Amino acid sequence: MADLEEGFALTAVPLGSGPDGPLGVEQSDKTDQFLVTDSGRTVILYKVSDQKPLGSWSVKQGQIITCPAVCNFQTGEYIIVHDNKVLRIWNNEDVNLDKVFKATLSAEVYRIHSIQGTEPLVLFKEGAVRGLEALLAEPQQKIETVISDEEVIKWTKFFMVFRHPVLIFITEKHGNYFVYVQKFNSRILSKYTLLLGQEEKCVIQSFSTSVGRKFISLMSLSSDGCVYETLIPIHPSEPEKNQRLVQSQLLKSVVSGSARNGVALAILDQDHIAVLGAPLPASKECLSVWNTKFQTLQTSKELPQGTSGQLWYYGENLFMLHGKFLTVVPFKCEVSSLAGALGKLKHSQDPGIHATPHFVNWETSQGCGLGSQNSEQSKRILRRRKVEVSVQPEVPASTQLLATIQKDSEKHIEVELRKFLATKRTPDFHTIIGDVIIGLLGRCKAEPSFYPRNCLMQLVQTHVLSYSLCPGLMEFALEKTDVQILQLCLQQFPDIPESVTCACLKVFLSIGDDTLQDTDINMESVSDYMDPVQDGEMEGQTAFLQNGFSPEEDNCDSCAQKLKEKPQATADESTSCPVTTKRAALLNAVLHSAYSETFLLPHLKDIPAQHSTLFLQYLYFLYLKCSENATMTLPGTHPPTLSQIMDWICLLLDANFTVVVMIPEAKRLLLSLYKFVKSQISICSELNKIEVSFRELQKLNQEKNNRELYSIEVLELF
Amino acid sequence: MGEFNVHRVRFFNYVPSGIRCVAYNNQSNRLAVSRTDGTVEIYNLSANYFQEKFFPGHESRATEALCWAKGQRLFSAGLNGEIIEYDLQALTIKYAVDAFGGPIWSMAASPSGSQLLVGCEDGSVKLFQITPDKIQFERNFDRQKSRILSLSWHPAGTHVAAGSIDYISVFDSKSGSAIGKMLVDRQYMGVSKRKCIIWGVAFLSDGTVISVDSAGKVQIWDSATGTLMKNHLVSNADVQSIAVSQEDSFVVGTAEGTVFHFQLVSVTSSSSEKQWVRTKPFQHHTHGVRAVAHSPTALISGGTDTHLVIRPLMEKVEVKNYDAALRKITFPHRRLVSCAKKKQLLLFQFAHHLELWRLGSTVATGKNGDTLPLSKNADHLLHLKTKGPENIICSCISPCGGWIACSTASRFFLYRLNYEHDNISLQRVSKMPVFLRSALQILFSEDSTKLFVASNQGSLRVIRLQEGGFTHPRAFQPQSGTVQSMCLLAVSPDGNWLAASGSSAGVHVYNVKQLKLHCTVPAYNFPVTALAIAPNTNNLVIAHSDQQVFEYSIPDKQYTEWSRTVQKQGFHHLWLQRDTPITHISFHPKRPMHILLHDTYMFCLIDKSLPLPNDKTLLYNPLPPTNESDVIRRRTAHAFKISKKYKPLLFVDLLDEKTLVAVERPLDDIVAQLPPPIKKKKFGT
Repeated sequence: MADLEEGFALTAVPLGSGPDGPLGVEQSDKTDQFLVTDSGRTVILYKVSDQKPLGSWSVKQGQIITCPAVCNFQTGEYIIVHDNKVLRIWNNEDVNLDKVFKATLSAEVYRIHSIQGTEPLVLFKEGAVRGLEALLAEPQQKIETVISDEEVIKWTKFFMVFRHPVLIFITEKHGNYFVYVQKFNSRILSKYTLLLGQEEKCVIQSFSTSVGRKFISLMSLSSDGCVYETLIPIHPSEPEKNQRLVQSQLLKSVVSGSARNGVALAILDQDHIAVLGAPLPASKECLSVWNTKFQTLQTSKELPQGTSGQLWYYGENLFMLHGKFLTVVPFKCEVSSLAGALGKLKHSQDPGIHATPHFVNWETSQGCGLGSQNSEQSKRILRRRKVEVSVQPEVPASTQLLATIQKDSEKHIEVELRKFLATKRTPDFHTIIGDVIIGLLGRCKAEPSFYPRNCLMQLVQTHVLSYSLCPGLMEFALEKTDVQILQLCLQQFPDIPESVTCACLKVFLSIGDDTLQDTDINMESVSDYMDPVQDGEMEGQTAFLQNGFSPEEDNCDSCAQKLKEKPQATADESTSCPVTTKRAALLNAVLHSAYSETFLLPHLKDIPAQHSTLFLQYLYFLYLKCSENATMTLPGTHPPTLSQIMDWICLLLDANFTVVVMIPEAKRLLLSLYKFVKSQISICSELNKIEVSFRELQKLNQEKNNRELYSIEVLELF
Repeated sequence: MGEFNVHRVRFFNYVPSGIRCVAYNNQSNRLAVSRTDGTVEIYNLSANYFQEKFFPGHESRATEALCWAKGQRLFSAGLNGEIIEYDLQALTIKYAVDAFGGPIWSMAASPSGSQLLVGCEDGSVKLFQITPDKIQFERNFDRQKSRILSLSWHPAGTHVAAGSIDYISVFDSKSGSAIGKMLVDRQYMGVSKRKCIIWGVAFLSDGTVISVDSAGKVQIWDSATGTLMKNHLVSNADVQSIAVSQEDSFVVGTAEGTVFHFQLVSVTSSSSEKQWVRTKPFQHHTHGVRAVAHSPTALISGGTDTHLVIRPLMEKVEVKNYDAALRKITFPHRRLVSCAKKKQLLLFQFAHHLELWRLGSTVATGKNGDTLPLSKNADHLLHLKTKGPENIICSCISPCGGWIACSTASRFFLYRLNYEHDNISLQRVSKMPVFLRSALQILFSEDSTKLFVASNQGSLRVIRLQEGGFTHPRAFQPQSGTVQSMCLLAVSPDGNWLAASGSSAGVHVYNVKQLKLHCTVPAYNFPVTALAIAPNTNNLVIAHSDQQVFEYSIPDKQYTEWSRTVQKQGFHHLWLQRDTPITHISFHPKRPMHILLHDTYMFCLIDKSLPLPNDKTLLYNPLPPTNESDVIRRRTAHAFKISKKYKPLLFVDLLDEKTLVAVERPLDDIVAQLPPPIKKKKFGT
């Protein structure tokens, strides 16, 4: 995909020019440095990546520059023409243009062209061309007239074709266009008449060329808003004859037909062109990149302050006038493909560089996720960031927010916070968020009435926090028994200490159902396997279990008997959940959190017996739910896994076994667990037996293939 | 290309010795590795990790420490109490100096490289001055009460940290007096172990000392105050080695085979306070890691499982290409097998003995992939044990099978073999000439009448063999001014030309009759890994460590047309990305266009008459071309016929035009002979 990046203004001061815009932007002999000539008296040398001028030169009052400054790549000097006939040559050290080399020519100059690898050329208004050296040797030499009387040069370009310089210029006379191609290796000037394909007379507004294998492709943007392509043969069959060239339409209506000015065209690569102009009669002017192969608009960028219809393109930068400032827009065009044209290309890979798996670089700050591995890219990001810095200073934003937290009202903080979160994330975003939370908590402790719940929720949901970044948050939520924040924290934080996890568990188990009813809890982990209709019934059962036990379940034997006799009945019973849906969702958050057994066990011992029984019952219920399907998983999004459930059952039993054994309510549960474990053991032992016999078979098989120390085999090489 | 009967040999019971020390030299980007049998190998990390030099081992010379000093000088010290310097040019031991402190456990060169410190069994730390041609004892540091297992200089050279048993001492390097002592906790997970051995110490420029010990701890100390700053428990077993790079990164290796990378990382993004953080664990070893090294871009580790592992740090590598991949070097980059083609004999070289085997035979035929029934199995004919503690450097069997030659660092053995039906009689040729005390490489001429011996100081000699003895020991004129030892030899089948190559000096071709230098092949940047001269054409085929192969016409003294074409087009990128060097080249006896070469993981028959593969063609196709017409087959055929069926390969050769012999050494068989690794619990509470 083609990609236009954030542009930046090159000039801090507006160009001292009228609506015409600058006279020209030309490359200098150093990369990244460009000569900008404004239509008045000044030439400025810019370093684009630094966005700063390196030098500036002006001609005297009363003189006017008529031809943009260019760099002579062979000598590193700069050349301009002022007052049509006066040539000036200077270099970086010169300060005053008045005192530099001067040559007065005998005819008016249209343009000076200079490209890498050859000497600069001077194109006169009458169509004659001279090399700079030859011209300087005899400045007053006679300049012949090439084009006819009323022809006017509209556009010109100088480039290399197979290491030979070629100059192309287009003239207009009464709405007819002529193309002249001057080749310097053979000194042949070919003239072509450009036949306009369209019916009504249209004015061509912009040209651009690219060089192919056999043809020079000339693209023109007509006043009807269409782009036409004309192919000019590099090696014409009959060079002397006046030939005709036919235009073919390439793209339709890229700019509004009524647009009179502010339209320009540049060829970016063989498949992409950039067009400057308003796409609709009423709309603002736009810079857009089109794919000519698939005729699709790749990207576009609005220029609300208007532009001048001039577009320069060097390397990876597009230069244009935006308002009163010369603006540089870096762009990227990838090789055109159908997927790219349709916008379906995810990312393309550099074929030379092998993909490497993502690795964590500990030496750069974490949190911004992937460290950018492409240095070029990072440079560009840097540049972009620099722009941001100048527009909206970012460090004050966070400090300002921290100041807001200390005094403003809850509402105001919320608004400010939303604003802050909407801005772009910086690499130290997570630390700032951590600081914000700590600030909020500090204020909460100072004023007991202050509890910015929404802000905290919002901050936790930024996905960048961890327990260690905001150490007080969970303790504070525990104090307030804010189960909603606790659930969020359990889901988001990777590094919660086991003591806190356990404290959360205690709160979740002990909190009253009526309080739970009013809170808004994320239920996605339970929604699919619990029927909310059952809620009432469940509560009844919970109450029943918490308040006591049925005398029939007193006896262990009878219980076992019951299990044996009425498997149907127990199944029915166990499928109903022992806790409410909301509590289940909270408990699931605990099940998902990371822990280390050694550190969790001592805290689990502190859970009251009744609560641990309830939790065990819930876990057993989950297990039964799991075993309902073949894959041993629970339905829904992000449910607890079987191993999590089993680990917690083991942990709870380990921690509270003596207590649980003593409680009559748990007897039945323990019995069923015991039965389950027994059956598991027998299955496992059978599986082990099978595995061992399979392994023996495999070993036998391997020995047959590999263990022979010597063999003669037949091998065919093909 | 044709069908071959392949003798798949797996009875070469070769087990590389475990790695004991590694030392990295930043200046030359070379790595010195010492093994438990005393062998020292030098790897050139710039030349595709090629093992360019080696010094044979010695039973009584177990190296415990290895270090580079004074630029490119290599020293080792061991339990026999001697400090040894190696001559990297002549590939010999320059001298051995007894430190008189009992077994030496540790050694460290000063940051300037001019002083050498050794830690001995009796608790003494001895300072030696390195003079241009020797080392000179200078001073004893304050005697400690038990052996000194590890030493490290402060980067400024002012202090020295020495790890002993249960404590670390800090010495002033000027006066040699102990100025600090840091006691290490013996406790390990609440259980008191008998002793805590400080296996490694590292001194940083800010005065921090990092220690690794037998209790599995990595501890960071402040040497000025003698206090423990931070304790990382990284393993249940010993942490045996440590290496530091650039003061912000270090690596430790544990007896469980894990390598941990530690980095100095800012505590928070804004503060300048930094902390050592265990960042990356790597488990590339099955057994304990005895030694680690840290190059600026890679972690290097070696241990009992005999692999040398080079793990590039991805964030330090600039170009993410194949060079940044993990390297595991298991087998030596030289040939341990030689073959008498006519008699179908294989000679295997072990550290202290040679084995001679006769290949079996079959009368059956089959199609691709078949295993043929054997009419005769392979015979173990001979087990030849060398006397003395020295390892064998090189060995060779003559093409006729009648002679066996081998050499240790101080003795040269030549045996005459007589075959009478099934009986073999062996007779040692006594009275070897005085100069023939050791050889770096031995080679018999094709007709088994001449023996070529390359020995130290670049000397190259030819011996004419006769029944019952030898005559005419004659020397080739040495290159003026070179002391470069020749490591690789190749003789032309007609016996007229001898090609020899040193570790870096390029390839010289000698005229055997005139005993004169004929020409020198234009120098190439990468070391030569294998050489051979083709029959009839006398084209010299040279393989280099960067996987380039050149063909040089000896009579014309120029590269052949084919070689130029190959260089112009370039090798296939997969060919250039192979890890292991080509260690042997041979030729098809009947088809002069065919060249056979092999590395550890493939062998390749190059048919020079076919077009070369370009990067778009499939270099290696493991499946036979089925249901494709002959036209397609012919169009897609290219010069490189590769087989990866047998690996790891130690040797491949063509016995005759229809028979190949491939000597494999499966890694499982090596692992089976290693001591069992430390068991790690996977399950359980």
